[in-house]
Amino acid sequence: MKPFTLLQGLVCPLDRANVDTDAIIPKQFLKSIKRSGFGPNLFDEWRYLDHGEPGMDNSQRQVNPEFVLNFPRYAGAQVLLARDNFGCGSSREHAPWAIEDYGFRAVIAPSFADIFFNNCFKNGVLPIVLDAQIVDQLFKETEAKEGYQLTIDLAAQTVSTPSGQSFGFDITAHRKHCLLNGLDEIGLTLQHADEIRVFEEKRKQQQPWLFV
Amino acid sequence: MTAQTLYDKLWHSHVVREEADGTCLLYIDRHLVHEVTSPQAFEGLRIAGRKPWRNHSIVATADHNTPTDHWDKGIQDPISRQQVETLDANIKEFGSLAYFPFKDLRQGIVHVVGPENGATLPGMTVVCGDSHTSTHGAFAALAHGIGTSEVEHVMATQTLVAKKSKSMLVRVDGQLGRGVTAKDVALAIIGRIGTAGGTGYAIEFGGDAIKSLSIEGRMTLCNMAIEGGARAGMVAVDDKTIAYLKDRQFSPKGEQWDAAVAYWNTLVSDEGAQFDHTVVLQAADIAPQVTWGTSPEQVLAVSGKVPDPAAEADPVKKGSYERALQYMGLAANTPLTDIPVDKVFIGSCTNSRIEDLRAAAGIAKGKKKAANVKLVLVVPGSGLVKKQAEAEGLDKVFIEAGFEWREPGCSMCLAMNADRLEPGERCASTSNRNFEGRQGQGGRTHLVSPEMAAAAAIAGHFVDVRTFA
Repeated sequence: MKPFTLLQGLVCPLDRANVDTDAIIPKQFLKSIKRSGFGPNLFDEWRYLDHGEPGMDNSQRQVNPEFVLNFPRYAGAQVLLARDNFGCGSSREHAPWAIEDYGFRAVIAPSFADIFFNNCFKNGVLPIVLDAQIVDQLFKETEAKEGYQLTIDLAAQTVSTPSGQSFGFDITAHRKHCLLNGLDEIGLTLQHADEIRVFEEKRKQQQPWLFV
Repeated sequence: MTAQTLYDKLWHSHVVREEADGTCLLYIDRHLVHEVTSPQAFEGLRIAGRKPWRNHSIVATADHNTPTDHWDKGIQDPISRQQVETLDANIKEFGSLAYFPFKDLRQGIVHVVGPENGATLPGMTVVCGDSHTSTHGAFAALAHGIGTSEVEHVMATQTLVAKKSKSMLVRVDGQLGRGVTAKDVALAIIGRIGTAGGTGYAIEFGGDAIKSLSIEGRMTLCNMAIEGGARAGMVAVDDKTIAYLKDRQFSPKGEQWDAAVAYWNTLVSDEGAQFDHTVVLQAADIAPQVTWGTSPEQVLAVSGKVPDPAAEADPVKKGSYERALQYMGLAANTPLTDIPVDKVFIGSCTNSRIEDLRAAAGIAKGKKKAANVKLVLVVPGSGLVKKQAEAEGLDKVFIEAGFEWREPGCSMCLAMNADRLEPGERCASTSNRNFEGRQGQGGRTHLVSPEMAAAAAIAGHFVDVRTFA
C-alpha cells in the first residue's frame, strides 16, 4: 500500500448525497479477478453516454460532458468532495480500487457508509469526515475558483484551504499509523499470532462445535 | 456485572486483543466466500506465500455470476466463467469446510446456503465479502460484510481489525396485520431512520412483532439492516432459532448439541441493558411498502402517492428527489397503485427462501400474469429451496401463471448474469436495492415483498395485497 503523508491536490466536487458503490463502479466490472485497472470505469454510468462493458477501449467511448469528472477544470483531481452517506450499498472493494486507480487519494464528505469507509484505508485512500457546513463551504469555494486545491496533512490531521483556513479531522491511531507508513495490516496482525492461537484454543475448549 | 446487550456479548466473546485506541482483533468463526470478492484475496495469499489460518472456517459457493437457465450450456459469458472457475481452483488449492460449486444441488446464494446447512450458528462471528452478510444476524450471530482486503486478512489471520460499533435497538411493538411481511417491516424501518440512520451502529431488532416473525422472516429483516446503514443486524435466540438449527448438516449433534443450546439460550440482551439509541415502531402502523425512488429510504405505504420535490425544504433532499423522479420516469403525486410494471423479480438473498416462494405462489395460484408484464422471474435462493418448492408443486403454480421458474443464484438482484432490466424498464422486485442501474443500466426498480411482487405481476401494476383477491 502507498503511504499517505501530505497531499496538496485539485478538488473535484460531486454534489449528490447517497452515492452508492454500484454507481462508483457498476457490477459488470466486478467480474475482473484483478485489483487494478478500474479507474477508467469509475462512475461509468454517469461518466459515459454509452453502456460500458469490461474490455472496451474507454478512450473511444462518448463521454458525458455534463458529468463533473469530465469538466476539463477538474482533470487530474486528487481530492473528491462528496455529500452525505458516500459509498453506501455493496461492500465491493472495487469502489475504492476504482477511486484510487483514477488518481484520487482522499475523499471528503459529511458522512460515509461504514464498509466503504473501512475499505478505503486498506488502499491508501483517506476518507475524511468534516461537518456538513464545512463541506458546504468547500463546495462553494471549489466551484467558485478554478484550480482550487486543498492541502491534507495526515500527521497533523488537518485539511487546509488556499486562504489558510484549517479544519481538523478524526482518525484512529491504528489507521493513521498504517496509512502514514503504508503498512501491510496482515503482517502487523501476524505479530500477534501467538495470542490468536491461545484465544482459538480456549474457544475450541468452550465451543467445540465451532471447530468441525 | 452490568446488563449486556446481545451485541456486547457477541463482541466481547470474540476480542483477541484490544489497542489503547479501542481497535480490536476480533476472532472470526465463519467465513463465507463467493466468486466476486475473493479472487484478489486468494491471489494476495499466494503472492505472500500464506495459507489460510483455518480453512475449515470457509464455506464457499458460486452465486453472483451463475446463469439461471440453460445450465446444460454452462456459463456463456467468458469473463463470468473465468471468475467462477477461479473460485473452483482457489478452493481446490486452499481448502474449505464445504464448497457448493455451480450446478451442485446445494449451490445457491451464499446467504441462503449458509443457514440452510447449519453453517451459521448463534454466537458466531460471520463475515463475507458481501454487504448482505447481515442476514446471518437472524441467528444471534455477529455478522457483517467486509471488503476484499479484509477477506484476505481473515483468511490469513482468522481475525478482523475492528472497533466496536454503537448499539441501536429497533423495537416493533404489537402484531403485524395480514399481508404485512418482514420485508415491509424492513422497508418501513429504513423509511423511518434513513439509509444512513444505522451508520456506525449494530442494530438489534426486538419487540413482539419481531418475536412473531419466522426465522426466514428474521433473515429478511437482518438482510436489510445494511440498507439502513448498519453493517450488522441481529435478533436474539429463542425457541424458533433452536428448532430451525436442529439436524442441519453442520449443526452440532448429540451432547454437543445440548451444550450448544444451553449457551445459545444466553444470547439475548439482558434485562435493563442500555442501547445507545432506541427506535420504536408500531406494527399496526406498517402497511405493505413500495419504494418509489432510487434509494431504499424513498419508500411509502402502497396507499401513498409519489412525493412532490417542490414540497421539500432541504435543498440536498429536494435535488435527490428530483433526480430520482427523473430517473424513475415518475410524476409527482402519482398514486403508487397507478404505476404499471414491465418485469417482476422474485428472488435474491432478501426474499428467495421457501416461505417467500410459498407466499408468492399463494397469490399467483390459479391466476395469470397481466399482458403488459413482459417477464416474471422466480429464482429460488438455492438448489435445496428449488427442490423443496418443486416437491410442494410451487413451480407448477408459477409456470401456470406465466412466470418463469429458474435455477438458483443472485440473478437480477444485481444483474451480473444475463438476467437484467433494459433501459427504462420498470420492475417490481423482492431484492434489496433500488439504486440507479442496479438491475441493469437505466432499469427502474421498486422494492416490495414477495406477495406484493406476485400481485403486481397479476394486476400489471402495484396493488395493495391486503385487498387483492
